[in-house]
Amino acid sequence: MTAGRHQLVVVGAGPAGMAAAALAARRGVKTLILDENPGPGGQVYRAAETAAAGAGVLGPEFERGKLLARDLRSSGADYLPGATVWRLGKTGDLATQDRLEVGYSAHGRARLIRAPHVLIATGALERPMPVPGWTLPGVMTVGAAQTLLKAEGMAFEGAVFAGLGPLLYLAAAQYVRAGVKPLAILDCTPAGNRLRALRHLSAAFDRLDLLRKGLGWLGEIRRAGVPIHRGVTAIQARGDSRLRSVTFARGRGRRTVLETEHLLLHQGVVPNTQLALAAGCAHRWDMSQLCWRPEVGDGLRTSVPGIRIAGDGGGIEGAEAAEHQGRLAALAVLADLGIISEGERNTLSGAHLRAVTAERRLRPFLETLYRPPDALRIPPDDDTVVCRCEEVTAGEVRRCVRLGCQGPNQLKAFCRAGMGPCQGRMCALTVSEIIARERETLVARVGFLRPRPPVKPVTLGELAAMEADG
Amino acid sequence: MLRRIAPQGGIAGVTLYFEGAAVTVPAGTTVAAALLQAGAASFRDTAVTGSPRGPYCMMGVCFDCLVEIDGQPNRQACLTVALNGMRVERQRGAALLDPKAGEGA
Amino acid sequence: MKSFDAIVVGGGMLGAAVSYGLARARLRTALVDEGDVAFRAARGNFGLVWVQSKGDGCPEYAAWTRRSADDWAEFARELKDRTGVDVGHSRKGGFDLSFTEEDLRQREGLMTRLHDQAGGAFRFEMLDHRQLSELLPGLGPGVVGGSFCPLDGHANSLYLLRALHTAFQGLGGAYFPGSAVTRLAAKNGAFEVETGYQTLAAGRVVLAAGLANRDLAPQLGMEMPVHPLRGQIMVTERVRPFLDHPTAHVRQTVEGGLLLGDSKEDVGFDDGTTAPVMKEIARRATRAFPFLKSARIVRAWGALRVMTPDGFPVYARSAAYPGAFAIACHSGVTLAAAHAGPMADCIVGGRLPDDVAVLGPERFHAA
Repeated sequence: MTAGRHQLVVVGAGPAGMAAAALAARRGVKTLILDENPGPGGQVYRAAETAAAGAGVLGPEFERGKLLARDLRSSGADYLPGATVWRLGKTGDLATQDRLEVGYSAHGRARLIRAPHVLIATGALERPMPVPGWTLPGVMTVGAAQTLLKAEGMAFEGAVFAGLGPLLYLAAAQYVRAGVKPLAILDCTPAGNRLRALRHLSAAFDRLDLLRKGLGWLGEIRRAGVPIHRGVTAIQARGDSRLRSVTFARGRGRRTVLETEHLLLHQGVVPNTQLALAAGCAHRWDMSQLCWRPEVGDGLRTSVPGIRIAGDGGGIEGAEAAEHQGRLAALAVLADLGIISEGERNTLSGAHLRAVTAERRLRPFLETLYRPPDALRIPPDDDTVVCRCEEVTAGEVRRCVRLGCQGPNQLKAFCRAGMGPCQGRMCALTVSEIIARERETLVARVGFLRPRPPVKPVTLGELAAMEADG
Repeated sequence: MLRRIAPQGGIAGVTLYFEGAAVTVPAGTTVAAALLQAGAASFRDTAVTGSPRGPYCMMGVCFDCLVEIDGQPNRQACLTVALNGMRVERQRGAALLDPKAGEGA
Repeated sequence: MKSFDAIVVGGGMLGAAVSYGLARARLRTALVDEGDVAFRAARGNFGLVWVQSKGDGCPEYAAWTRRSADDWAEFARELKDRTGVDVGHSRKGGFDLSFTEEDLRQREGLMTRLHDQAGGAFRFEMLDHRQLSELLPGLGPGVVGGSFCPLDGHANSLYLLRALHTAFQGLGGAYFPGSAVTRLAAKNGAFEVETGYQTLAAGRVVLAAGLANRDLAPQLGMEMPVHPLRGQIMVTERVRPFLDHPTAHVRQTVEGGLLLGDSKEDVGFDDGTTAPVMKEIARRATRAFPFLKSARIVRAWGALRVMTPDGFPVYARSAAYPGAFAIACHSGVTLAAAHAGPMADCIVGGRLPDDVAVLGPERFHAA
């Protein structure tokens, strides 16, 4: 990595980050892209350059990640893998107030750098799915299984896939292609969702190719003879030192038991907002996506000057839209730096804006069809663990609400939910939704858990020896 | 059981030790994947109640795959690449730090 | 309009302690509080129940502090019995570490003054590096010595806040969260407290609204010259217990996390964190205990101390409107036992404890 000042720091090397960094660097912007993983790709194109499983398993879309990674590598951007960003904010001193401060750790060393432009491209994470027993070893997310498949070429034998959403079926289809047959699929999509989604279907006609793709996955899974149970409720993971079985209900009463050591959960993805929230970017509750999303305006600007957000971290729009958003953000940075004129920016942005808009047309349909049922977001059973780090149950959260906690920040102080190393990534949405339900108010009124720096743990030794640039 | 369905890019294997037992995996494998391949489900006991935990997200956000690596507690197994000779132990409760470790530093 | 015997404004450490004390004295009490996001010193506390270094030049404050620290064990027991919440109080004495001989000399001077002004009620020891090392495992070579005070202790301040709220409500106290006060008025010997939602009335009102007291107190004829002083604190992941005693800047909580403090910054109403201060706190902590270098910081935060011109608490009783009180300090945890006990008991009787007679706001006008 070259030393010296960077004009743009990109956090995250998924589709948005790779596209943005490559475009900016090619136009002469001194660009640094920081990413936590050993190689570029993000989660969707995890291990894009080295994927162990081939296109035959992962599907043709995965090739897109390889192109983006190649483009990034040859662009001249400084790319630092294995780098964890744990702080983003204003510098706090007058001499450098026009720049932003980025604290990160890589290979056991912490650095503090300053740059006028930061693009957050931290993507999405899977919505937590707090069912009874979800903390047992052997219960993982579908995304985790996909990561193992992409990066390591490994798959779980006899796994149960449970939840809802396109990724549930894509991952199961990839397993089938890899010759590892899932034990069963437990589809938790409420019947009412399908009916409600129909009214958004016409807007989705532009992307019939995607709908066809989904039906294709379903066909692959069926032909392999994997049982698909629909209308599943009341999923429970059971075991001792590890998962032993999964139970669930269909319709009224009848419970089924499946013996398995691997339960893979999924109920959609939500923006990974920790860094943006910690940086003070304004967020709002998205009632359709059921998550917090940053307020993002023209040129992907946030409410904090100099900070932009592109990709799923700004609201779930998918990998293709992320790529276009990354380029839109890079073009806006180019204009801000005077490398291109506003007129040029508008011209160059046109195609990307159209592409993002086209992608967006499918969202209402998907969001309605795959809206997670209340019981999977707001655990009805008081004994279910909500905060995995501090092992706080739904019942304890409810007790604190009765004690007068109006939001997740006071509640964290009272019962430690959100106080562990994950900084609420696994519980904050659940906690805010439980509070809203108990108080009979809107989640927007309850508010979000304020993440605290460092948004990822950093050792005391690294912090004490931290070097600052610029 | 975790099954390897495709040979990984790296030909050379690396061997790490999990609770003393050798585990050989292709170069580039994460510690979490190596442990799962070896049949491990529980990577740690929580500091709060001592309950067993294993990897949940495999992308560095859940902090449930914490293990002790070469004496360093609470390392994220899913973000750490396996290296030859690495000694990996289950994380048992809170981090054990040795007050004598700073001496002579 | 809802009527009560007393209304306390502010649900932080002071307000919750006084409310609990009033409710325990059978006053029908309302506690009016802000919402989820507010400047809450009570959520940013370091959790010391601290005697050494308190009250240099003000023997009455030093004595008030000792009284509270002495009452703390019983206070914690009572809260546990009432609520089941263990606030993790322990009193095994605390240390203040010095990194230079000059610091150590100044420390000894301070300790000696506190001892002399207390007439023997304040005990301390000065220890050199070797003596300290026997009591504090892993102590770094950069620590030249320090002071020890057996009267010091610590507690989990967040559990304390929860316990106080639980106990208060268990005694029938009425809690009104999300109710920032918009207006205060005195009418016919009673007080009206207006929030955005409702108006509450009572014969007594106690303003314990932290920094907001500055604007609220004058509405009832009192002066409350408080200003914010930011402190940044960090906490590590849980570490197996090794530190039996709190020190002024490093303490191990009952959960195992190490609290590392703190800064004193005059930055107005900004409760954020800054990288240079985080680094400085890390440097000081690892100089004190070098083996903590491998401990992971999981959280850092800033909080605004409620600071007074001389650093001592301010307890005001309104002369113009008997029955109105205003209180402010930045030692809400240490003084919690005194606020829930003698302070609340005296307010029931319409007065302030004699202990704090010199701690009124009038002192800022004395020639």
